[in-house]
This record gives sequence, C-alpha cells and structure tokens, in this order.
Amino acid sequence: MKELNELNFPDDVRYAESHEWARLEGDKLKVGISDYAQDQLGDIVFVELPEVGDTFGKGEEFGTVESVKAVSELYMPVAGEVVAINDTLEDAPEKVNNSPYSDGWMLEIKADDASKIGDLMDNNVYLNSLKG
Amino acid sequence: MKEILGTTGLIFNEPLLWEKGKKGRSGFSLPRRDVEKHPVDKQLGGPGPDFPDLSEVEVVRHFIRLSQWNFSVDSGMYPLGSCTMKYNPKTNERQAARSGFAQAHPLLPQHLSQGTLKLMYDLEQYLNEITGMDATSLQPAAGAHGELTGMLLFYAYHKSQGAPRSKIIVPDTAHGTNPASAALCGYRSVPVKSNERGVLSPQAVGDIMDTDTAGIMVTNPNTLGLFEENIKAISEIVHAKGGLVYGDGANMNAIMGIVNMGELGIDVLHLNLHKTFSSPHGGGGPGAGPVCVRKHLEPFLPVPRVIKQKERYALSEDFPETIGKIHAFYGNVGVMIRSYSYILSMGPEDLKKASQLAVLNAAYIKDQLKGTFHLPYDRPCMHECVFSDKLQEPYKVTTLDIVKRLMDYGFHPPTIYFPLVVPGAIMIEPTETESKEDIDLFIESMQAIAKEAKENPELLHAAPRKTKRRRLDETAAARKPCLTG
Repeated sequence: MKELNELNFPDDVRYAESHEWARLEGDKLKVGISDYAQDQLGDIVFVELPEVGDTFGKGEEFGTVESVKAVSELYMPVAGEVVAINDTLEDAPEKVNNSPYSDGWMLEIKADDASKIGDLMDNNVYLNSLKG
Repeated sequence: MKEILGTTGLIFNEPLLWEKGKKGRSGFSLPRRDVEKHPVDKQLGGPGPDFPDLSEVEVVRHFIRLSQWNFSVDSGMYPLGSCTMKYNPKTNERQAARSGFAQAHPLLPQHLSQGTLKLMYDLEQYLNEITGMDATSLQPAAGAHGELTGMLLFYAYHKSQGAPRSKIIVPDTAHGTNPASAALCGYRSVPVKSNERGVLSPQAVGDIMDTDTAGIMVTNPNTLGLFEENIKAISEIVHAKGGLVYGDGANMNAIMGIVNMGELGIDVLHLNLHKTFSSPHGGGGPGAGPVCVRKHLEPFLPVPRVIKQKERYALSEDFPETIGKIHAFYGNVGVMIRSYSYILSMGPEDLKKASQLAVLNAAYIKDQLKGTFHLPYDRPCMHECVFSDKLQEPYKVTTLDIVKRLMDYGFHPPTIYFPLVVPGAIMIEPTETESKEDIDLFIESMQAIAKEAKENPELLHAAPRKTKRRRLDETAAARKPCLTG
C-alpha cells in the first residue's frame, strides 16, 4: 500500500466518506472510487454494477467490488438514476486500480438534484479526513 | 530459537495421470469368470471412458507425491482462525470405518439399522446436553447449511405466530455466511456495528430492533475471538419485540461444557461437528452442521427425526409443522460417527478442558506477540486472537507478505484480511492440541518474521521461497481463472 502523499486526489471531483467520488459532466454525474479506496482494496478482480435505469438514494448500496482481499460494498454518493455503467470493467477490472478517476469510472447518473454534489468533500477535506 | 521447522528437500515433480502410463498397462486383474458367457446388447457398449492405463505403483506414487506438496494438520500447526483446524484423533476414523457403519445402506429397513439410529439419537442428546438446548437435528451438511436451516426455522416460527417478518440483524463481527444465509431465505439483513470494545452493545441492537425484524444472528465468541458479553441483554431486547436469537456456534470450541447457550437466550444454534467435534475439515468436506433449538422451535425441525419407542429406534415424519427435508436421507452420517466417537472418548470433563486449553493457547499467543504485531482489541480473547500489519506498515510489508513468509518457517498461514473490521487482519487460532513447544516455535517464528520485516523486507516480499510453488499470482487466478486443467 502507498503513503497518502503518493496517492492522487484531483480537485475536479468530490468525495464521499465511503470513498466514492462524483464528477459533474454536463448535466450528468460520473461516479467511481478514490485512489485511496483502490489502494486499500488491492488488486480488484471483479466489479458488480447495477442495471441502467435503477435508482438509488444517497448512501444506498449500488454494487460491490471484489479484490483479492475482500468484497466491499459501493455506496451512492448522490441520489439519482443510473443512465450508464462502465461495462468494460467486466473484462478489465484492473482499470479501477490503474485509473480510478478516468477509465475506471463506474456509473453515470442523472442526479435527483445535481447540486447535492456540494454536500460531498473537496479534495483537501477528504485528504484531511484520511489523515484522521 | 530452536531449529526452525521449515526446510527444503527433494520434492518430486509429478504430471497429470493422463500424461503417465502406457496403453495396456493395468493395476489389477479381474477374477476368473465363473458364469457362462453372455452377449451384451450392443447399445449398452461404447468406447468407454478415457482413463489412463497405469500400474499400481504409478498410481500410489502419483498420490503420495501430490500429498508431499501439501500441508495438513497431520504435518504441522494449522492456526487458521475462524476455521478451527484442530487435530482429528485417529480413533474417530477407526470407529467410522467399522463395517456395520461403513457398509450400511441408507435404504436399509429401520429394524436392521438400530445401531446407526441409536448413535444418531444419542448424539442428539449429547449435543443438547453440551449446548443447553432442548432438541437437535443432525441433518444440515455444514455450518452455512445449519444457518439456512435456522433461518427457515425462524420463518416457520413467525409464520405460525401469524406474522412473517422481513429483516434479520447481523453484526459486523458475525461470520460472513450469516447475511448470505438470511438473504437466501428471503430476509433482508440489517448490519449493526460492534462497539469500540469489539462486541455488540445492547443499545445498538435496541435502536434497530422492531416488530418487522425476525431476529438477530450472533456469532459467539465473535470473529474477533471475543465473547459477546452483552448477549443476555441483547436476547432480552430481541425477545421483547417478538424476535428470535440465532447463535452461530461455529466457535463453540471455546466454550463447550462451560456456557449454557439456552440460558443466554439463544433460540437456535448451529454447531460445526467438523470443527468443534473434531471430524475432518477442509478439502471440501463433508461436514455436519447440526441445529439445536429450544422447546418452542422443536415442532419445526427437519424430518425424518430419530425417535425412541420403548427400546427401539425409528425414523418419523409425523411432525406436521416441520420445515421438511433439507438433506438427502439423514445428513452426513459418517461425520456424526466421528464426532460421537470424539465426545465419548473425551467425556464431559475433557471436553470442557479442550475449550479451556484452546482459550489458554490463544491467550498465550496474544500475550507473547503483543507489541511485535499490532493488537487492535487488547482484551482477554477466547479461542483466537486478531492482530494486524499496522506496525509493519513503515517497512511496506503487508499481512500477505507476513503469512507467506510463515510458510517458509513450516507453519500454515493463519486466516487473513478477516474479520473486515480490522484492516490487514491476521487471525490466529492455535486450537487445544498444540503443545507448548510447538506454540513457542510458532511465536518465535512470528517474532523472527517481524524482525526480517524491519531489516530485510525483500525476504517477505519474495516469500514463500521453500515451497514447491512460489508466490502465486492470485490476481491473475481470479481475473483469468483456468478451470480446465
């Protein structure tokens, strides 16, 4: 595992306490897990995602991610409807390890209220929360 | 440290059986024909299965060589927390191999199966006595099967009360199969967090227990190896709302003969005969996960049940409220025979002593390795103790590296990365049968590894070095599994 200063926390996404991120792209939100989360999990071997059209409240479980160590739940950072999933993860789950903020994205959602992204942490607050 | 256990030696390569042998070679000869030759219908014939042609010695060497690549509880300490790899006394095997048991057919009429039926009946009585419960079904084939049976009993009970419920409370220190068993039965599992002492607080349960919750599943001692000290108060809270308490008794080997599970308020409890009662474990079973219940749940137990009428034993299906059959025939009888043998050869005092020694051994390891490895819950443990890799973090050494290195020292790695409440968990369960000398050697090996982590972390990253196979690429195995040989 890496030190915190070796990890990448871009400022164009917002972070949830459960280590998912969300990024505003047009009128949609992209969702994935943070560099810290993928590093803690270790090599990811399977990502289970919901169906397009499913809706979830904030904090609801939308899928699971399985690494060689454990299976972890994925939680919705902002309430909304799933409009796209990254189905390339089925054959290449390592994308979540290699590029968690780009190729390793998981969901695209139509948020019930996209401004709720403001309730999530910015990169500095998130980093401080990791330092505990 | 005395000489370490692990060493290298000559290990044989061995191909698949299909790559050995030669056409026409054979390991046996058929007995001389003593009946008239009779033509067989051509439709019944065919090319036959693709078996390799091998001599006896080729087959024997094949399996002996494969076994030498392996590690077993008969070759060394196997401190697999949560899975209880205790030594299996060989007398159990002798008893199970007696021809009266081993050759009994499950369809034999009951009057010719009195011995087997008596054994099953008596074993149920012993398990009732050991657990403090009222009735037992031996049918479930393993722990998780016992859990499922328990959930079906919960459902049947609430249905008989006129109000089926939809949720089950499962703590984060329960066995990982608990939520799955609840879900398989149609329940939604509601997680509850353990407190800073690593156990459940009555308040946390009280906050979420309601009249739509069928009950709670508690593993006691839990997966941190800690005794759920509030279990009585928790049972009262759950019962007050009409719920039931399921006890995951997979860790019963810490408390058998000491704690009366019925008195704690447990309504349904499963045992793992293949763990606590020393029948073989691992390699895929077979196991046995009997379910013990209190009086009010007895009507729902699976059928057929062994009943005693005067001095005769019989199988009865006459239990109208039963959840039905959950295993072919009567469960894994061979496992029952081994556990029956274990219980009788130990007797009540020694069963209790086995629990005491299991706890003492774990407590000794916890105490000796505290400081060498991070101990997240520094409290008296039961039969297992949980460390983490936190103190080795500065050297970039992880739990996986530590336990892989332990293989070079001649020990089977403990359970790792479980329970999930401890990041980088190393869960050690020595069991009662290990001697003081072997436990000391284990402790010294762990201390030596911690020293290596500091001085030469590469040794750990490259471990194991002495085994037939070096470190396996677990990621590739999971991402691109090769399932065809």
